[in-house]
Amino acid sequence: MTGTDPMISLSNVEKRYGAFQVLKGVSLEVARGEKVVVCGPSGSGKSTMIRCINRLERHEAGRITVDGIELTDDPKQIEAIRRDVGMVFQQFNLFPHLTVLQNLTLAPVKVRGMKERDARDLAMQLLETVRIPEQADKYPGQLSGGQQQRVAIARALAMKPKAMLFDEPTSALDPEMIKEVLDAMVALAGQGMTMIVVTHEMGFARQVADKIVFMDQGQIVEEATPTDFFSKPKSERAQLFLSNILGH
Amino acid sequence: MTAKLRILLPQLLVLAIVVGLGAYLIHNTLDNLARQGVATGFAYLDREAAFEIGEKLIPYTSADSYGRALLVGLANTLEVGVLGCILATILGLIVGVARMSRNWLIRHIAALYIQAIRNVPLLLQLFVWWDLFRVSAPPPRQAWQIMPGFFLSNRGLTIPLPSFEGGFHWDIPHLAGFNFAGGHIVTPEFAALLIGLVIYTAAFIAEIVRAGIEGVSKGQTEAALALGLKPRQALFLIVLPQARRIILPPLITDYQALIKNSSLAVAIGFPELMAITNTTLNNTGQAIEAISLMMIIYLGLSLITSALLNWYNARLALKGMAR
Repeated sequence: MTGTDPMISLSNVEKRYGAFQVLKGVSLEVARGEKVVVCGPSGSGKSTMIRCINRLERHEAGRITVDGIELTDDPKQIEAIRRDVGMVFQQFNLFPHLTVLQNLTLAPVKVRGMKERDARDLAMQLLETVRIPEQADKYPGQLSGGQQQRVAIARALAMKPKAMLFDEPTSALDPEMIKEVLDAMVALAGQGMTMIVVTHEMGFARQVADKIVFMDQGQIVEEATPTDFFSKPKSERAQLFLSNILGH
Repeated sequence: MTAKLRILLPQLLVLAIVVGLGAYLIHNTLDNLARQGVATGFAYLDREAAFEIGEKLIPYTSADSYGRALLVGLANTLEVGVLGCILATILGLIVGVARMSRNWLIRHIAALYIQAIRNVPLLLQLFVWWDLFRVSAPPPRQAWQIMPGFFLSNRGLTIPLPSFEGGFHWDIPHLAGFNFAGGHIVTPEFAALLIGLVIYTAAFIAEIVRAGIEGVSKGQTEAALALGLKPRQALFLIVLPQARRIILPPLITDYQALIKNSSLAVAIGFPELMAITNTTLNNTGQAIEAISLMMIIYLGLSLITSALLNWYNARLALKGMAR
């Protein structure tokens, strides 16, 4: 494969929960190094879409490929993709029974087979970049929400992923902690990481996104550059959504 | 004032009846014992027991005292209790995890096991196991050899033991006359009791394990899988260590139940605390003392079990807030 292949590609992806169809044929291409912000009203399928990319949800129709590997039921392929795709959750999901450092070293050692010492060095280096090296020996429960989410970002990066998925990373945070997490994400974007971010932080979208994807009712309604999306949204639903979240 | 009295009076009345009845019973008992010429007190513990005990972990002959016989029984109870708790925990863990398997067959076999075993009286199950070993197994001369030195017959299962007499060697069981000699023999009574208790208790532990696993937030598994860990690694490294805190408190109850249920051995003839006490009180007539002593010992065992696990549980507490 060449560098011009998309990093992540979805074509006609469908997913339903019982009778309710969450994704109705979603197609999206994300190039290497591209930053995509996904927004839309709640229940529009944003989270489900990115959770399909690392198989936390199983898609029922359509194709998903990550770095040339197609996502099938084969556990080997699923694990290969999960190794290379980091994820940050709304609820952080740090492992509460492990220290911050152990949270970061667990997967590199157990999955990548990295030496304990090397994993620790890498972890400390990552904690420096998210600016909390002094918390290395604490437990997640002893940190603030903003610190926990920065640890979660560092934990995902410790696997040296080729792409990162963010599922509403700031929605569970107190307002004063949102900035510290967004700063870490902006820094990461600056290093050329491929990112798909589900968020309602429109300031972040304006600053970082190469492309904004607007979803509603299980479909991608609009795909545009931030400038176009914010100044002249084409669809009526995107206009309504923007006026609702920017209106005050 | 009268309203208070109306509430208080019936309670006082009930209390008076209970105390009166208790005093009457104690008085009656002491009176009856005195009339039968039975001396009360614990002096009997020093007297010669004059009965044999088939299985013992500590040295004992029929010339030893009732007190020593009681210790032999206690040691046997502890042996079954400790081994039983360990094995029931392992089996319960396996069944509990199997109960949540994504494989339909495994999941339903585990569910069937749990439902069937929990709903059949333990005493009945002990009889089944005992019959199986005692009646269904062949006599020693036709014993099944499972592995070299391991013979299964209606006399039990033989196990080779390491021996250090005259340099290290294995003491291999062999047929001598109508039974085996050498090594160690697990009697049908011990095997039936241990297996019965383990299988019964494991069914309860399995349900606790399932509740514990379900009690750990789904996000924990998702985060582990998203990092590339295999489902098995996510279970053992992330979910179970956290489930432990949920599993432990109800597990104490099951351990205590197992230890207390070991007293059912009296029905299949394994000489543990209850069986020895039974023999003792039949021989001496000191029913009150023997039974009180047994009650105190079981109470002590339960409290010790609970104290040990609570201490372990406290050590597992999470630093900082939960989550």
